Amino acid sequence: MNEGTASSLRLTPKQQRREADDKTVFGFWLYLMTDCVLFGSLFATFVVLRNNTFGGPGGETLFSLNFVLAETLILLTSSFTCGLGILAARRGQKNLVLWLFGITFLLGLAFIGLELHEFNHLYNDGDSWRRSGFLSAFFTLVGTHGLHISTGLLWMGTMMVRVKKAGLSRLNVRQLTMLSLFWHFLDIVWIFIFTVVYLFGVVL
Amino acid sequence: MNGKPGKPPATQEANYGSALTYVSGFVLSLALTICAYLLVKRHIANHHVSPTDTFMVIALSLLALTQLVTQLVFFLHLDNESKPRWNLVVLGFAVIIVVIIVAGSLWIMYHLNYNMTPQQQSNYLLHQDGGV
Repeated sequence: MNEGTASSLRLTPKQQRREADDKTVFGFWLYLMTDCVLFGSLFATFVVLRNNTFGGPGGETLFSLNFVLAETLILLTSSFTCGLGILAARRGQKNLVLWLFGITFLLGLAFIGLELHEFNHLYNDGDSWRRSGFLSAFFTLVGTHGLHISTGLLWMGTMMVRVKKAGLSRLNVRQLTMLSLFWHFLDIVWIFIFTVVYLFGVVL
Repeated sequence: MNGKPGKPPATQEANYGSALTYVSGFVLSLALTICAYLLVKRHIANHHVSPTDTFMVIALSLLALTQLVTQLVFFLHLDNESKPRWNLVVLGFAVIIVVIIVAGSLWIMYHLNYNMTPQQQSNYLLHQDGGV
């Protein structure tokens, strides 16, 4: 610790700012890892309850593979465009950043739209969270992910306004970096929802 | 590099990746996802017989884990983080906790169903009595 402060005194102001940025981003990474534990417990709940259908329909009858594949590809593409966006932000290409995050935003919106469509469809068919333990766990896990995506969209929207107004300032680039970490993280969580909930749900 | 003032300096560090890393990560992830999808399609078309259930569980888990590593490396650039690799350390810790929660829950709940429900217990006793 002492060694760290002593060496940071010798850094140029630019390097000091970089170090502060790195610490902030690391703090955000810590939050993501605790979020990882939250999703871990929801996954545990789901796998424990996945066969408790209480005489109701299981995954095989409820899930459409093509639909879920579409959702997955949309989210994956959004993660990709988000990555390109942060790359452009580091290079200071403001218009490119706005375009790429705009595309990411629209893809995220499409994803959440598809998810709401699925939820609505299940609900109207009487397969809501009240139907069985399996469906309660399903809605909790997938719904929590959807809530994260919605929060991410809100964040992305405000960031785009900020970048449009204030340009790629140091703070905005730092925020975009954390936003992109968040978005990639949600994509990774979705890969496991895709596999554990949907693919296993249809296979087993 | 652009030399305009007011722009953030482009960092020379490697740990941010390039367009190429993102493209290769994207292509790999797409391939892994579609691979898993096609496997499941085939499994269903063959009435859950041809690739067996056990094979499917192992294959799909491996595909998901490969995708996890792919995205960690190509999108989050965890492979060339600068030296005290705290990001990786915390990730490792989180993974350990998640594995304990998931595997532990499954283990406990499976044995709860297997040994402890009153109905199964009485069934078990009944069969024992009948046997003697």
